[in-house]
Amino acid sequence: MAEITLIDALRQAMDEELARDDQVFIMGEDVGVRGGVFRATMGLYEKYGPQRVIDTPLAELSIAGVGIGAALYGMRPICEIQFGDFIYPAINQIVSEAAKMCYRSNGEWTVPLVIRAPYGGGIGGGLYHSQSVEAFFTHVPGLKVVIPSNPYDAKGLLKSAVRDNNPILFFEPKKGYRLIRGEVPEGEYTVPIGPANISRPGTDVSVFTYGMMHYYALQAAEQVAAEGISAEVVDLRTLYPVDRATILASVRKTGKALIVHEDNLTGGYGAEVAATIASDAFPDLDAPVRRLCGPDVPAVPFSHPLQDWFMLDPEKIAGAIRSLARY
Amino acid sequence: MEISTDMQREMYWNMLLSRRLDERAWALHRQGRIAFHISAIGHEAAQVGAAFALRRGYDWIAPYYRDLAMMVALGFTPRHFMLSLMGKRGEPTSGGRQMPSHFSMRNMNVVSHSAPVATQCVHAAGIGLAIKLHKEDKVVLTSLGEGSTAQGEWYEAVNWAAIHQLPVIFMVENNMYAISEPMEKQMAVKSAAEKACGLGLPGVAVDGTNIFAMYEAVKSAVDLARTGQGPTLIEARMYRMTPHSSDDDDRAYRSRAEVEEHKKLDPMLVGRTAMEQTGVLDEKSLAELETRAKDIIDEAVQYAEKAPYPDVIEGSFPVYAEEVRHG
Amino acid sequence: MSTNIIMPKLGESVIEGTVTKWLKQEGEQIQEMDALVEINTDKVDTEIPSPASGTLLKIMVPEGATVSAGALLAVIGSPGEVPDNVHSPAMITQVTIPPEAGAATRPVSAVSGSRPLGFISPVVAKLAHENNLDLSQVQGSGEGGRITKKDVLAYLETRQVVNPAPEPAAWETPGDGELFRPPEIQFAGGIPGKLNLTRPVAPPAAGPAPAAALPGDVLKPFSPARKIIAERMSASKHSSPHVTTVMEADLKLVVAHREANKAAFERDGFHLTFSAYFVAACAAAIKAFPDVNSSWSAEGLVLHRPINIGLAVSLGEESLIVPVIKGADGLSLLGIARAINDLAERARSQRLLPDEVHGSTFTITNHGISGSLFATPIINQPNCAILGVGAIQKRPVVIDDAIAIRPMVYLGLTFDHRILDGAIADGFLSKVVEVLENWI
Repeated sequence: MAEITLIDALRQAMDEELARDDQVFIMGEDVGVRGGVFRATMGLYEKYGPQRVIDTPLAELSIAGVGIGAALYGMRPICEIQFGDFIYPAINQIVSEAAKMCYRSNGEWTVPLVIRAPYGGGIGGGLYHSQSVEAFFTHVPGLKVVIPSNPYDAKGLLKSAVRDNNPILFFEPKKGYRLIRGEVPEGEYTVPIGPANISRPGTDVSVFTYGMMHYYALQAAEQVAAEGISAEVVDLRTLYPVDRATILASVRKTGKALIVHEDNLTGGYGAEVAATIASDAFPDLDAPVRRLCGPDVPAVPFSHPLQDWFMLDPEKIAGAIRSLARY
Repeated sequence: MEISTDMQREMYWNMLLSRRLDERAWALHRQGRIAFHISAIGHEAAQVGAAFALRRGYDWIAPYYRDLAMMVALGFTPRHFMLSLMGKRGEPTSGGRQMPSHFSMRNMNVVSHSAPVATQCVHAAGIGLAIKLHKEDKVVLTSLGEGSTAQGEWYEAVNWAAIHQLPVIFMVENNMYAISEPMEKQMAVKSAAEKACGLGLPGVAVDGTNIFAMYEAVKSAVDLARTGQGPTLIEARMYRMTPHSSDDDDRAYRSRAEVEEHKKLDPMLVGRTAMEQTGVLDEKSLAELETRAKDIIDEAVQYAEKAPYPDVIEGSFPVYAEEVRHG
Repeated sequence: MSTNIIMPKLGESVIEGTVTKWLKQEGEQIQEMDALVEINTDKVDTEIPSPASGTLLKIMVPEGATVSAGALLAVIGSPGEVPDNVHSPAMITQVTIPPEAGAATRPVSAVSGSRPLGFISPVVAKLAHENNLDLSQVQGSGEGGRITKKDVLAYLETRQVVNPAPEPAAWETPGDGELFRPPEIQFAGGIPGKLNLTRPVAPPAAGPAPAAALPGDVLKPFSPARKIIAERMSASKHSSPHVTTVMEADLKLVVAHREANKAAFERDGFHLTFSAYFVAACAAAIKAFPDVNSSWSAEGLVLHRPINIGLAVSLGEESLIVPVIKGADGLSLLGIARAINDLAERARSQRLLPDEVHGSTFTITNHGISGSLFATPIINQPNCAILGVGAIQKRPVVIDDAIAIRPMVYLGLTFDHRILDGAIADGFLSKVVEVLENWI
């Protein structure tokens, strides 16, 4: 099996879906000739032409809105928002329109649309190139929110997202684009949207996480294993609608839940997981449900020491696991 | 442009049916039998004229909430409208999920729209893009109020259509008021059509009370779009003869004298006078049309009042495409 | 027949209006759409056109009076008619009932002991209650000497060996062998090592006189497990009047769905079994017929809020286990399939916890795996009903007056006739059938 980077996996997924279905096309800023500012779509413009890989005007609202219109007509657009930080102008189209279209038309109209965007910090991007934005969308019935943490899942989930008939927000941990490598099999495969993945079974503490933090959590679990603590790491993958059964089964097993995400703490996605556990796994809890998250400041600062203070890393996660294991 | 007598009579019939249906809705509201109504009174010529200029059932439409007459001309019946006013089960626009006059009619390619204004314009651009990518000769007409041309959404949609020469007709139904705000508070130009040149597409101002003028103008735009010559902005100028909706009291911002003055240019009056003069309509045929309209509307009201409400369970789906129940 | 004129709700937030002027008098003839009365609200002043023709029989609200939206203003009818005393349409307000919090654990009883016990976590309290445990006997290894879940589990294991507790009912005992096995999936053969649960058995109550001895008779003593089963089955039958109603279901769509989806599930490492569909169908039917999710008590019917579906498995002579899928109504098909796989996996490796074979509110038994078409199962007390699933068999059936071959299954619902009548039981079972037959 080949070992490739996260960004290569995403590109392969898009390449394969463009080849498989002529209704699939890509649109976004700089995705065509430039191949994307992160090279996510490199080579696709040359291979499929300007009708399948479209450089759009600098207007996020219409990247989403025009995508919605094309999806209503029966196409399957993959819309790229260059940085998650720039998705806000498109929220009206995503939340008022895409999310509600199927429900409000009693199923007559659906929006088979993927909106992908890099998210997260740790790359010296400061306030406007480092934000986590998933929490704005995990609150919206009608949307699905997917965040892969490794090349195998990234490719399989993106392919599933393109084939799904609903609007899907697909957030990619940009710090991991080239950093995270993994094996990806030859041949056709998909990863289903919905189920979480227990990437490391354990018995003492359940760690629920996603994206870049999942990558770090595995390292933290390895660290604490040497100290006799068995951490179960669960990669949520699909944040909305989330795999409650796996979460609750894991808590039933370990009795201790730690939720880890990069986004700031208050109102972040972890609050929903914590509430679910507290309400539906209460008799199984041996310790309070804990969240390890970014600090409640507007975004990731630029200066190196400030960025390091904001960002989580394997050491911080290991510390939180240890503390919970000891409780 | 020659419009046959038969077609003229058809046009008048559609305007009349819409007008009487509209008036009945106001009466039902004042009687406390429906909760909300938003009117197309004053817009009939523009909307019916436009509908007749399209290839109905082939071309696509992204309307807004004031387009009752356009919908009637597309086959939306008084029964349909009454069911939606009363929020009854199975009403065709949304199954009772949306407020009335949030139109959707899949079999006539009318896409479902929402309440935030101008969102439908970006969808129209997306539909236009898809039509162009498919190399088809369909066109898409999107309609909106003049206030909506202040929204960023509108600019982005028109910009897209102009850049890519998409087959989109942007029909601005300028009725002089956006709720209480007159046109001067929405734009610095004297006519919405003037906004077109800055974006690179033709803009035409038309007498929106004259159904023949509207038919001709939209037909020309449709011909351009269908032959790959790109989008047109049509401003249909008319007057909003009722308050914004049944929740609005227009005495707070305009005088009764102004309203009375504009009633002289009621499109029903303008159309009827013209067709009486050419002998297309006479007293006898007009009386027959009135009776026919009243009978259809009476039946529709009775039918809808007896029709059942949705089951409570219907509130919980279809959130996702996979929840759509077929048959 | 008279027609009521009501004060309309003229706008979203308008809740009342004032009658400013009556345009018609009592006794006057009215045509439909004639302007009847002028009213004033804080949003709008307007006239109300008459909804009917007739005589204005009675004016209920005088000029200048303010009434709420929906109030009766006047009545129109035939001359001389006495107006019906019909109520004006009530305002229907939407009340959102917040979902109740999940069942709270019982408060921890302050266990008298020689030392303060510190914070007792929910799971420690639950384990203590279920195992009749005196927590002061348990050493705490958690922060500040807290008794942790691990501490309790460790203590229970040692207690097994040293001090056997009274044998719990067979319904609640994790046992050996295979879980609810769907027709095609065989778990790894052999019976895994038994859980160490040998306990002295309470002698059964005196039964009827022994049968007359015949030449050649051999006495085969009952195993403790068999005695418990015997006791439980009799008790169930004696307490609940059992009635069984049988329907059949066409599983064509279920089979198709499973075919289309099982590969995707396999890739994620678990099996999509037919059991998952039956569990899902029962959960849906219980939501429509909540009385089925209940238990008998002397004080009244105890309606259970959580829908916990047990899957009964019998293994010949050995023991009966009922692993439970908790909160089955909150799980998708995928979630249910996962739960079944998870319970199966842990049953195989003896990691089923007491909690997982306890607390069912409804039970399913798959007697069909041994070929049985339909049966009359015995209720798993304290449930009020049990669904027996027979063998899935392709049969010729009549659809639209033509013969089709469909995978059919008989579903036998045994219910406690103290609690349910045939109408509800049949309604419930019909719903199960409907969900299965309309699977998408």
